[in-house]
Amino acid sequence: MLRQKPELVCQQIVELVTDYLEGALSRSERRRFEAHLAGCENCTEYLAQMRATIRLTGRLDAEDLTPAMREEFTALYRRWRSEEA
Amino acid sequence: MRVGLIPAVATGRRSRRGGAAVEPDGELVARLRAGDEDAFVLLVARHHATMLRLARAYVSSTAVAEEVVQDTWLGVVRGIGGFEGRSSFKTWLLQILVNRARSTGVREHRSTAVGDAAPAVDRSRFDASGAWMSPPQHWIEDSEDRLFAQALATHIQSALNGLPPRQREVVTLRDVDGLSGHEVCEVLDISEGNQRVLLHRGRSRLREALEEFVKA
Repeated sequence: MLRQKPELVCQQIVELVTDYLEGALSRSERRRFEAHLAGCENCTEYLAQMRATIRLTGRLDAEDLTPAMREEFTALYRRWRSEEA
Repeated sequence: MRVGLIPAVATGRRSRRGGAAVEPDGELVARLRAGDEDAFVLLVARHHATMLRLARAYVSSTAVAEEVVQDTWLGVVRGIGGFEGRSSFKTWLLQILVNRARSTGVREHRSTAVGDAAPAVDRSRFDASGAWMSPPQHWIEDSEDRLFAQALATHIQSALNGLPPRQREVVTLRDVDGLSGHEVCEVLDISEGNQRVLLHRGRSRLREALEEFVKA
């Protein structure tokens, strides 16, 4: 007999979002997750916000090497090489 | 100079995530083995931001993190002969960095717990059945606005800095530096499951921080 698992509630959805995005849910879990989303505007919004958060985090600027640091590393390299020789 | 033809590369920002005209690590490593100083500096420049951010998750100050980065490069220069290319150079490099940053961080008595057990969203925002009582408000379109996005970025950076160290490492490597989940596990020597838990906690905190910022 096919046993139907109870539907996921919003509070569970927000804990499964990362596993969902990482593709770590089983096929049946994924179906339950998506079934909930299909009927829940709020959780759909939540998922979209998690995606937006990831996108925005990915835009953070890198602390690039300054010219002074570049020179410092060049000097270090020369010193290390001369110590080895 | 061939990279000069591509405007995006001139800014030096996004090239590390897929610039086509950039010399691959493997070629630079071969040159480094031969004692090529330019190759060394190119590798340092390419990986500096990732290394500094990652080191910063373990130690108490940027100055100490910079020492860890330097110390890592010394290890690379001395150990490059032993690098067999079983993993990518980047993974190997970051593993050395993490080892050094960890031992430095332990000396500074930093916690290495997996993460807090707080829920992704505060319990008070759900009713007894677990449905949203105080649902998320809409703000995503606003984040595409340039000025607003700039302010958001500043806010995300400080939220990221405030995460517990392990969450911060994972989110930084995954979402800022663009490593795959598998690479992060290798670099940090953690399981796939642990990686996901840390990522989940960290990202949930960042989303919450954005929500608070937008509401304010």
